[in-house]
Amino acid sequence: MENLIALLIAAPLLGAAVLLVGGRRLDAVGQWVGTLLSTVSFVLGLVLFGDLLGRSAEDRTLTQHLFSWIPVEGFQADVGFRLDQLSMTFVLLITGVGSLIHLYSVGYMEHDERRRRFFGYLNLFLAAMLLLVLADNYLLLYVGWEGVGLASYLLIGFWQHKPSAATAAKKAFLVNRVGDMGLSIAIMLMFTTFGTFAFGPLLGAEGQQGIAGDASEGKLTAIALMLLLAACGKSAQVPLQSWLGDAMEGPTPVSALIHAATMVTAGVYLIVRSAAIFNGAPDAQLVVTVVGAVTLLFGAIVGCAKDDIKKALAGSTMSQIGYMVLAAGLGPIGYVFAIMHLVTHGFFKAGLFLGAGSVMHGMNDEVDMRKYGGLRKYMPVTFVTFGLGYLAIIGFPGLSGFFSKDKIIEAAFAKGGAEGWILGGCALLGAAITAYYMTRVMLMTFFGEERWKNQPTRSPEAPSAEPAAAHHGEHAEPHPHESPKVMTIPMIVLAFGSVFAGGFFSIGDRFLHWLEPVTGHSEGDSPLSVAAVTGATMVCLVIGVGIAYAQYGRRPVPVVAPRGSLLTRAARRDLLQDDFNHVVLVRGGEHLTRSLVYVDHTLVDGVVNGTAASVGGLSGRLRRLQNGFARSYAVSMFGGAAVLVAATLLMRAV
Amino acid sequence: MSASAVHSLWTTAATAADPISKIDTPKIEYGQLSPTLIVVGAAIAGVLVEAFVPRKYRYHAQLILSTAALIVAFVAVVMLAADGYGTTKARIAAMGAIAVDGPALFLQGTILLAALVGLFTFAERRLDPEAHGTRVDSFAAQAASVPGSESEQAAVKAGFTTTEVFPLLLFAVAGMLVFPSANDLLTLFIALEVFSLPLYLLCALARRKRLMSQEAAVKYFLLGAFASAFTLFGIALLYGYAGSVSYGTIAQVVDGTVQNVNPALADTMGNDALLLVGAALIVMGLLFKVGAVPFHMWTPDVYQGAPTPVTGFMAAATKVAAFGALLRLLYVVLPGLRWDWRPVMWGVAIITMLGGAIVAITQTDIKRLLAYSSIAHAGFILAGVIATTPDGVSSVLFYLAAYSFVTIGAFAVVTLVRDAGGEATHLSKWAGLGRRSPLVAAVLAVFLLAFAGIPLTSGFAGKFAVFKAAAEGGAAPLVVVGVISSAIAAFFYIRVIVLMFFSEPRPDGPTVAVPSPLTVMAIGVGVAVTLVLGVAPQYFLDLANQAGVFVR
Repeated sequence: MENLIALLIAAPLLGAAVLLVGGRRLDAVGQWVGTLLSTVSFVLGLVLFGDLLGRSAEDRTLTQHLFSWIPVEGFQADVGFRLDQLSMTFVLLITGVGSLIHLYSVGYMEHDERRRRFFGYLNLFLAAMLLLVLADNYLLLYVGWEGVGLASYLLIGFWQHKPSAATAAKKAFLVNRVGDMGLSIAIMLMFTTFGTFAFGPLLGAEGQQGIAGDASEGKLTAIALMLLLAACGKSAQVPLQSWLGDAMEGPTPVSALIHAATMVTAGVYLIVRSAAIFNGAPDAQLVVTVVGAVTLLFGAIVGCAKDDIKKALAGSTMSQIGYMVLAAGLGPIGYVFAIMHLVTHGFFKAGLFLGAGSVMHGMNDEVDMRKYGGLRKYMPVTFVTFGLGYLAIIGFPGLSGFFSKDKIIEAAFAKGGAEGWILGGCALLGAAITAYYMTRVMLMTFFGEERWKNQPTRSPEAPSAEPAAAHHGEHAEPHPHESPKVMTIPMIVLAFGSVFAGGFFSIGDRFLHWLEPVTGHSEGDSPLSVAAVTGATMVCLVIGVGIAYAQYGRRPVPVVAPRGSLLTRAARRDLLQDDFNHVVLVRGGEHLTRSLVYVDHTLVDGVVNGTAASVGGLSGRLRRLQNGFARSYAVSMFGGAAVLVAATLLMRAV
Repeated sequence: MSASAVHSLWTTAATAADPISKIDTPKIEYGQLSPTLIVVGAAIAGVLVEAFVPRKYRYHAQLILSTAALIVAFVAVVMLAADGYGTTKARIAAMGAIAVDGPALFLQGTILLAALVGLFTFAERRLDPEAHGTRVDSFAAQAASVPGSESEQAAVKAGFTTTEVFPLLLFAVAGMLVFPSANDLLTLFIALEVFSLPLYLLCALARRKRLMSQEAAVKYFLLGAFASAFTLFGIALLYGYAGSVSYGTIAQVVDGTVQNVNPALADTMGNDALLLVGAALIVMGLLFKVGAVPFHMWTPDVYQGAPTPVTGFMAAATKVAAFGALLRLLYVVLPGLRWDWRPVMWGVAIITMLGGAIVAITQTDIKRLLAYSSIAHAGFILAGVIATTPDGVSSVLFYLAAYSFVTIGAFAVVTLVRDAGGEATHLSKWAGLGRRSPLVAAVLAVFLLAFAGIPLTSGFAGKFAVFKAAAEGGAAPLVVVGVISSAIAAFFYIRVIVLMFFSEPRPDGPTVAVPSPLTVMAIGVGVAVTLVLGVAPQYFLDLANQAGVFVR
């Protein structure tokens, strides 16, 4: 059974290789090859899942040692895999949602000439992501980590002919480098501290305690903070969040798969996987919760102000991952719920994005929600699936988001003390804002008047985000229509997940029992009862929905965005994150480089050129000694011999 | 004879009469000396060829004879080494005159291979345009004719060629084979003269720019004789000190463990002034041969004036032989004196590395440039010599092997770039060569990078080995100076590459002659050795390591 683990990764990797190397011959069938291999991986995942279920809870860790990768005396890195409940959860999410999105892309990318390449990249992403979650040591995880970064870069910039897409890809890559630096430093620290970076000895396996807890708290804090930096980069957490909004330049399936459902959750995986390290570093955990709390509010506020449907959803993604990071920072109280929310979020956020893609598909690739309106009549399937996703994300009772998010809010309060109140308060506030902005999206898109009538959607100032699907007439009034089955079926499947996953996981604490052996779990000490928290969440939900309805449901939505308050304008600019980065980092960096260049030109070059000039001058002078006369050569030899003899005698004398 | 029995000359005379009666017949281990004997024999046969074979067959006869001799001699070296003479069976042969041990065999092998490659460049006859229907090589039609005279024109017209260069080469090689394996000072001196005199002659034999060539030869001869005089004087002083010219005995006297004292020299024996001055003078003679500052002044003039094939051979093989002799002298004879000679050699190494590298910067002639480069390299090798560890020996051996092939190859490339006046050695003419003849320029670039010690070339492996040995032998400051000099040296090597590849070709630029397979082989071997020793040096480092123990 263990031997299947490698095949899990091999299938999409093969797909990537075949599709990217295969050339034009595969253009016609490329999308189906990609989808098939992704599905193969999913089926393998299901088989392994069945095998794990058949085992006892303690025995659910499979390992496969493939080969010795870097065998240097004290530095042993192996290519080996570790499949336990945590990675199994991820495998199913990645391959399951991934396969659905592959299927959806078959329809969505139908008219793109470079479709084969797109599927190759998607498969590459799957392989890298699976490697990330299946690796049995941090170094191999790092390979997967970089692999998904690469795939993300390639896919954000897939329409590279658009400068905005190319820039966004570069931005994502650069911001992620900062996080990657954190991961590499963390691995180095682990190696110097523990002499290993393999999960087995480090985090413990088969009931044995790992050695991660043996180090001093200071070292653990350092490692944990570096891991957090890595997580911030990959999961778009404050302060490395700025790339995610721009990443929406990629094709919508990419936004759904990579920048909503799977890759951006890698940071959460990293934190939960490294639980043994974080548990020993309470200070670092506090930082994690702060990062999570700040991000969940930050993303939510940004989501409120965006008129671009994908960017609104991107803000929402940031915010929801903030919830997960918050939960992961809570320690054993929250690990399980972080992962549970991650899975349910994977369903409904992918569903929402696919819905958004479907809307854009029917609206000539328009992304501005102010030019939507009343679409529920034209796209019933999209409306229903999107609506279910919407209800799930705001935490409507009984749907997935309700169960998972509620648990996180409870856990935040259960942290105890002032921290608990503050974190819980943030989480509650976040829930209200979530309800507000998602209702706004819903109302602006599917309800209200049909603002797209009587106007061409493509204005020169606002070029479409999806130019490759430009088969629709330019400058024509859009004719909203439902998307083809190949696109709606994945949306329907994901909608099922959005509705039922949370309940399925929560009834009888199934998910808790499943994951507990890996992450550990402890009930916190909540100052509020479960009912009180749930009640408060419901109140927040109603308030959020109510305000949104008052603003966007009862009044007509202006086609041109009003100027808005200061906060609105700031939120439209992503709460000035780019301005901040520009002023502090870019300007600062420019100043730094300029002064360094100055130092280089004057001081360093001066020293170098001066040295060169003096050596050259010396050379010219010494050269004159070589005057061509044998007699002066002989004198030089004689002098040399005299000095040699004298020096030898002198050495004896002293 | 016990030391206590010695009272006066008379008693020794009486007792000394005793051993005379049972003097042993000299025993010569012909097998162990076979490499040298083969080469000497072939050289003498070469003289006979000159005397008896008709002129038009001489070239081929000499070429075949010399090639065969060098190959057979090399095979003999390999067989001796395979027989264990380099390690377990190392011994002193020929009544104490010659050592047969690892360093000797390794260096002899290197010299023979370098000589073989050098021989190919000697025999190259396609580069110069045909003179009166005869293919000519780099050597004067008739050495004895006065440059520019009628007799010279007559000789050229008659299609003469100086095939004597082959026996001369073989004699030089024979001397070089003995030089690093000499185990007493007289053998050392004789070997020195045996390989020096043919080289002086060869230097004078250039076909073009004959006056310059003759000037170079005279300078080389004068200064060489001058240096030999110092050496000989040093030998005399050392004999005075130790009462023997044998390496082993001198070493014992230096160590104070001597057994038999020659009563005739009892007065001077153990006089340290004799030892120190004598040792310094002998070392000076060897430093002259390797071209160390301040005994280097002949190098640029001679390298420039000599026929380029001779320069290449001389630069490579002389350096190997001389460093071999220097190693043996310092490691076998004078290890007890190392606290005296090491600081002095430090100084020599430092000024050699810096001097060679710095002066090379302003050179405008490729042959002079390579001459200064060879001076700088002598400094690098000295750094390994100073290590006085087994690693020092093996690193120097490796360096010499690596360096000699690069050198011969580089000079062979120089012979290809020609204009109406023969070889175009001025650097300005090399501008843009990489655009016209990318292959030749690329090959030279490989050699230059090896000289500069860029990784993946043999130069890097060699330099790394000697610097490592020097650092571990306690000469870290020397390594620092060495690295600085390498950096300076890299400048002028890279400058040539830049000149070849990144400047506009001159309209009156030189042409690249198409050589015969002989030069192609010489250059090819150079490139191959450079890359093999650079990419996979371990086998050869191990070989040098095994060969790194002297017999005493």
